[in-house]
Amino acid sequence: MTAENCPPEAYQIEGALVLDPFTGREWSGPVVVEGGRVVEAPSGAVPVRRVEADGLWLVPRLVDIHVHFRSPGQEWKEDLESGSKAAAAGGMTAVATMPNTVPPVDDPALVTWQRSTGERLGYTQIWPIGAVTRGLAGETLADLWRMQEAGAVAFSDDGRPVWDSRLMRSALTYSQSLRVPIIQHAEDPRLFEGAAMHEGAVSLRLGIPAGPAEAESVMVWRDVQLAALTGGRLHIAHLSAPGSLEAVAWAKARGLRVTAEVTPHHLLLTDEAVAEWGYHAVTKVNPPLRPQAVRDALIEAVCQGVVEVIASDHAPHHADEKALPYAEAPFGIAGLETSLGVVLTVLVHTGRLKPIDAFRRMSAAPHAVLGLSYPGIVPGAAADLTLIDPYHEWTVEPERFYSKGKNTPLAGMRLKGRAVATMVRGIWVMREGAVSAACWDA
Amino acid sequence: MDDFLGIAELSTKTLEDLLDTAQALSEILSRPIKKVPTLRGRAIANAFFEPSTRTRNAFELAAKYLSADVVNFSSTGSSLEKGESVWDTVKTLEALGVDAVVVRHREAGVPQLMAERLAIPVINAGDGEHEHPTQALLDLLTVRQRFGRLQGLRVAIVGDVLHSRVARSDLYGFLALGARVTLVGPPGLVSEEWREWGAEVTWDLAQGIRGAHVVQVLRIQRERQAQGLLPSWQEYRERWGITREHLGWADPNVLVLHPGPQNRGVEIDSEVLEGAQSAVLDQVRNGVAVRMAVLYRLLGGAAE
Ligand SMILES: [Zn+2]
Repeated sequence: MTAENCPPEAYQIEGALVLDPFTGREWSGPVVVEGGRVVEAPSGAVPVRRVEADGLWLVPRLVDIHVHFRSPGQEWKEDLESGSKAAAAGGMTAVATMPNTVPPVDDPALVTWQRSTGERLGYTQIWPIGAVTRGLAGETLADLWRMQEAGAVAFSDDGRPVWDSRLMRSALTYSQSLRVPIIQHAEDPRLFEGAAMHEGAVSLRLGIPAGPAEAESVMVWRDVQLAALTGGRLHIAHLSAPGSLEAVAWAKARGLRVTAEVTPHHLLLTDEAVAEWGYHAVTKVNPPLRPQAVRDALIEAVCQGVVEVIASDHAPHHADEKALPYAEAPFGIAGLETSLGVVLTVLVHTGRLKPIDAFRRMSAAPHAVLGLSYPGIVPGAAADLTLIDPYHEWTVEPERFYSKGKNTPLAGMRLKGRAVATMVRGIWVMREGAVSAACWDA
Repeated sequence: MDDFLGIAELSTKTLEDLLDTAQALSEILSRPIKKVPTLRGRAIANAFFEPSTRTRNAFELAAKYLSADVVNFSSTGSSLEKGESVWDTVKTLEALGVDAVVVRHREAGVPQLMAERLAIPVINAGDGEHEHPTQALLDLLTVRQRFGRLQGLRVAIVGDVLHSRVARSDLYGFLALGARVTLVGPPGLVSEEWREWGAEVTWDLAQGIRGAHVVQVLRIQRERQAQGLLPSWQEYRERWGITREHLGWADPNVLVLHPGPQNRGVEIDSEVLEGAQSAVLDQVRNGVAVRMAVLYRLLGGAAE
């Protein structure tokens, strides 16, 4: 897109408060970008454009390490282009895509295809996650090393758990010879069988089939034990249960290589939203929205660092699918374009976290989980930058999403703070909410 | 009232009015010619996406006794099997000109979602494990006829409360009209959570029905055993079955209800079902009266 077609320019971003979770530094001062990288000063070889960013925050390499881009195979829900644009709109300069596509990403060729398509599109960097088991069937290990060599950043059967304990042991054991973690969608399939929401007072009132939070935590406890047994690297996807928090804390206290993420929707909403939305499946998500006490515990865990990553579990679906009766509709919330706003609204504007610490959970921490390095805003670093207006109040209007998935129970809610410009490898891919391949002056 | 979706959302006043209307209409049922012209020229659609003979028949007769025309739709052999959505199915019925649609669906919330999509009234004939509001009306009416009141009565609802839409609707209705409700069933099939709503909860049948004026016996689904929720039917019967012996714990004038169809010898014995304390045939007759009352209220335009 823009890279080849636009005349080369350097950018001097002025007036922004720079928040760099990679170095832990905060400062006000110009940041200069040239040739796709952060530089000390413009070389003079190309024209320099000044970017006025007074009152904005500048954050490097925001990533979302849990998204579903549905391609190959389910492009009516999302494709790599619409998903990439949604990432750019949401301020994310990289995303890790889950492999539960049709066919699943269990082969190096698909990893290469997703990664290179992302590069060609240029709106965000697509980091493919490969399947743990061949065909996501939960029976035999996929070729993890070959996928890693092709560019896979982690392995997961997300959408379903690796439920077979012996196979999970094998995956964790084998992953020791790799640089990347096994990401578990923790769900005891029998305990959550037939369930469509969290089991509690709200499900009882609504009569919707429900499952307990322990459907998640029993598997997290098993997996941290397997992490202890094997020494493998375990990352818990979309953690949502108090028992899971205890298991992760237990693992961390023992020095095990265990990490976890929560989603913005579990930090913002409770199962009361299911009643408020009156059986509309827009609130149906797995793991399900939990009661207030669980939400409070998750917020606390993020603030304390028991959970170090925030990731959206962006799960776009077609409107017709989400219009099905509650129990028949698919699970999932399209979250890429609201993630930053929710984090700022729930964690930063409430004073719970300093801005740099909130952004760490969406930048440096997920890099560490995936074993990736990024130097922060220093000369030579890839210019993956997001400008954020922290005080901009806005209403979530899914019809304006770049994602094909308009399925979000945040529709109509007010959030405070959003990305106003996104730069990927030195190229502005989003400015003032508009994702564009056009050159600056076009 | 634009739709009839659940007991939980009705005011006490509306609930009492519906029972009064049903009582008045029930007199029509003892006439030799059971037909009044109230809804002449109106058409009712029965849209049953889950099999039901009893409820559908009651709605059909209720509509016909009020002189309405009835079209029956059931999911077997319908366009649903060609992939049509439930919303399109009822939209089509509306476009055909029906004045109200009666909906039964295996999933909670479907009638409510239909009501949002349709301009005509939607009547919930049972949705998943959520509500079965006309069943509660007929239970309330049956009890009120027998005792002359609901205030202060002790009501026990026995069995698989957790999975029962009847239990939920009954609970709301009896509590709203001043009865005391005890929920009795095996651990795992009753929730302690219901105490918050004003019910008593127990696993012990003797304790649960002691002094009860009304025992509502829920149908136990065969699949609960396959799901690992229950041991054998023999054990269920011995602990929670309504046998003549167990009924001795209740008030001497106890009224036994069952929404049907019954598993005789499991949740209820034949000698109780056919005994003097059983009100199941009154329930069936009142089932027509309360559905007439609901149709009358939604379409008759007379009640306020
Ligand atoms: Zn998942």
